[in-house]
Amino acid sequence: MRRLALIALPYAWLLALFLVPFLIVFKISLSDIATAIPPYTPTLDFRAGWQGIKDFFSELDFENFAFLATDSLYWKAYVSSLTIAFISTILTLLVGYPIAYGMASAPDHWRPTLMMLVILPFWTSFLIRVYSWMGILSTEGYLNQLLLGLGLISTPLTILNTPTAVYIGIVYTYLPFMILPIYSALERMDGSLLEAAEDLGCSRLTAFWLITVPLSKTGIIAGCFLVFIPVIGEFVIPSLLGGSQTLMIGKVLWEEFFNNRDWPVASAVAVVLLLILIVPIVLFQMNEQKSREAEQ
Amino acid sequence: MAQNVFEPWNDPAEKPLIQFKGVTKRFGEFVAIDNQTFDIYEREFFALLGPSGCGKTTMMRMLAGFETPTEGTILLGGQDMAPIPPNKRAINMMFQSYALFPHLSVWENIAFGLRRDNKPKAEIEARVAEMLKLTRLEQFAKRKPHQISGGQRQRVALARCLAKAPKLLLLDEPMGALDAKLRQATQFELMDIQEKTGTTFVIVTHDQEEAMTVASRVAVMDNGRIIQADTPARIYEMPNSVYVADFIGEVTIIPGKVHRRDKGYDVTFAEGQPTLYSEFDAEFDNGQTGYLALRPEKVAISAERPEGRTNAVQGKIIDIAYLGNLSTYHVVLPNGQKIKAQTANTRRLSRRDFTWEDTVWLSWTDTAAVLLKG
Amino acid sequence: MRRISWFNATSLTLGFAFLYLPMIILIIYSFNESKLVTVWAGFSTKWYGTLMSNQAFLDAALVTAKVALASSSIATVLGTMAALVLVRAGRFYGRTLFSGMIYAPLVMPEVITGLSLLLLFIGIGLDRGVFTIILAHTTFTMCFVSVVVSSRLVTFDRSLEEAALDLGCSPFDAFRLVTLPIIAPAVISGWLLAFTLSLDDLVIASFTAGPSSTTLPIKIWSAVRLGVSPEINALSTIMIGIVAAAVIAASLMTKRASLRQQADERAAVRA
Repeated sequence: MRRLALIALPYAWLLALFLVPFLIVFKISLSDIATAIPPYTPTLDFRAGWQGIKDFFSELDFENFAFLATDSLYWKAYVSSLTIAFISTILTLLVGYPIAYGMASAPDHWRPTLMMLVILPFWTSFLIRVYSWMGILSTEGYLNQLLLGLGLISTPLTILNTPTAVYIGIVYTYLPFMILPIYSALERMDGSLLEAAEDLGCSRLTAFWLITVPLSKTGIIAGCFLVFIPVIGEFVIPSLLGGSQTLMIGKVLWEEFFNNRDWPVASAVAVVLLLILIVPIVLFQMNEQKSREAEQ
Repeated sequence: MAQNVFEPWNDPAEKPLIQFKGVTKRFGEFVAIDNQTFDIYEREFFALLGPSGCGKTTMMRMLAGFETPTEGTILLGGQDMAPIPPNKRAINMMFQSYALFPHLSVWENIAFGLRRDNKPKAEIEARVAEMLKLTRLEQFAKRKPHQISGGQRQRVALARCLAKAPKLLLLDEPMGALDAKLRQATQFELMDIQEKTGTTFVIVTHDQEEAMTVASRVAVMDNGRIIQADTPARIYEMPNSVYVADFIGEVTIIPGKVHRRDKGYDVTFAEGQPTLYSEFDAEFDNGQTGYLALRPEKVAISAERPEGRTNAVQGKIIDIAYLGNLSTYHVVLPNGQKIKAQTANTRRLSRRDFTWEDTVWLSWTDTAAVLLKG
Repeated sequence: MRRISWFNATSLTLGFAFLYLPMIILIIYSFNESKLVTVWAGFSTKWYGTLMSNQAFLDAALVTAKVALASSSIATVLGTMAALVLVRAGRFYGRTLFSGMIYAPLVMPEVITGLSLLLLFIGIGLDRGVFTIILAHTTFTMCFVSVVVSSRLVTFDRSLEEAALDLGCSPFDAFRLVTLPIIAPAVISGWLLAFTLSLDDLVIASFTAGPSSTTLPIKIWSAVRLGVSPEINALSTIMIGIVAAAVIAASLMTKRASLRQQADERAAVRA
């Protein structure tokens, strides 16, 4: 009895506030836009009985999805989201790996402090961290002031409101997600493995490629997915740093909903986005499973 | 003496493989190795034995090249090793944790070192096959390290170091992770492999039985120094110090004043106790303090005073340690000195002669004890 | 004994400079006299004054605090329950769906979570306001709480609970008196995580907030859309300061606790 109550409460909460809302999104994605409140048809009318339900289902269709496929804005936005997510994942890995490596080879008594320094930005507001780059990257910003002052450039660079700014913003905000899993994989590694490799004739660099990299593989994969998956649906960074040039699907959804008030298309955008996300999420789960098994 | 006894350290014509010359290693203030000079010869099975922190692992890591001596030189075949990095040394090491690469199979682990030398593929395959055969791992070649047992992992580690046919193989506590039964079998296997391959082995261990079993010479270490390096038999029978006598096996130490008599010394150790006599070749001044080291199995125990023995004392049994095949009697003399005596349990339990609180006589021959300076 | 190599030292220095410089610059320029944020015109705290007299920001801060407190507390209770279900309840009908619903919100893009909740609230005719934001935040933060707590529960030694039952506790008492105190650090960090996630959230709050319930991130968002402003720099500095102080205090407390435990253990060995 007690067990039932324990299960029932969180279960019911998640059903009502996670699964049902998502089913609603799915249903609305099959509806048509209307100038009404709510701004879509059909609406389910239970008072009309069985006939009402039948009418309701007969009016649902995949028109919105067909629309997404024909209007190049949408598929370009999906492709561009995936591209940006992919490139920024690689960039984050390139920046994050040396930091994680440095942390793992630092003396033991430094490590808790270094860990805290990596986690601390994670606790500060995401919005503020993205915002802090606006002042740095703008035309009259601190970076241009510095470069002009040093005489490295003669005219200010345009960085803000370009994809470059988006990449910088993503690498900056998602860096802890990359560092932590790689660090925990590297830290677990037995130091005598590298000595053994050296003893058997490896140089430091070959030992790194043959031993360190393969053994931190699960950490690298986990870190990459932890960056890749959320970046696809990212909204704040492209909106603040990317300007009108940068097309990302999270921003398109937001604008479709708030600016165009086209709820059915916004819902269809959301459904497709989720379908795209399923692939990396499943791959990520498989990687996690594998690393859990390896630990045992 | 037989012709084929393996004792290169007694042959002045023999050239040592490894020479330590005045080697000192300091970590900051801490002196890990204190000015050590000694030689290791080809085909030797040399054991560094000592408690943890005595410097034996540092000694080994200097040989492998992971540490450099603060002072002094280490020579391999007459050549100074200081400028040679670990990956270029003809020395391989078997790590205490085995350090098997978890992402590589048994076969790939063994081939790892050979591949670094860019040997032709066929040669690598032949060598790995040979190593798998030597260590009886043929059917596990495709497995990953976590899919085989502890004993098998140990053999993979051994095969991996041996594959490169090093001039010298270092083994850091190679049996530390094995249980007692497996350990014994592995010791003999290790000796067998050492003999077959003719490689020089240096083993680090804190287990004296293991060192005595496998090694041709044992170096007993303490505080960064080798106290004595000699054959297992001489280490046991002729320890050069109380430390070595006490570290290896069981012993009773009786301190006393020594006086020269005939071919040995009289030892007076307590008032009201008989003077003991030890026929032992050593240099003592009359009246100097000496330490009589007495192995328990050389002490006889009897109810009556034995005839014709100089060394006979009377005491009371306070403890009996029954070990199955042996029993050790702890006997206390009237002055408080304790002496251990061991007898083989050739009879059934019920027919044993002595029990707690019995007063008994202990005796030993003139040559049984060794006399040490400290 | 191990010294850090120049490569590692360089990568750590550059890495942490990258992580911290933007925030340091932001903090420095919040004390800038000038209205032009990128031109330094002398030290001043006037923007903090302006901020404090800006009623809209203060109202938004109050709403945010209310939402964060309420949602993180409910999420901690629900998330801990969910963790117990995940780790302890064994097999039951719909278990796969349940664990799916726990893990899915962690990777769900916020725009989708926000959109779906908004459509639900409209569908059932619930007026949007503080209450709906609390519902929305509770839903997504409880999943984070349950992940944190369940990773602690997995390593929990069940024989402790069995000992409590053996000594006469009811199952609930065993949980209250034995399990909960031991997993408390995980529950507390789950609560903290939920609290900061709620404080931080812009997207889900934007979807689920009504006109009368603007949270601080929404307020900041509409301000920074127009560009960098000294007032926002001041506000950011305050928020960074609070978080840094809290995290450093928490880590010092854990460090002291572990040092004390070590000292106690040494004393116990000597005794």
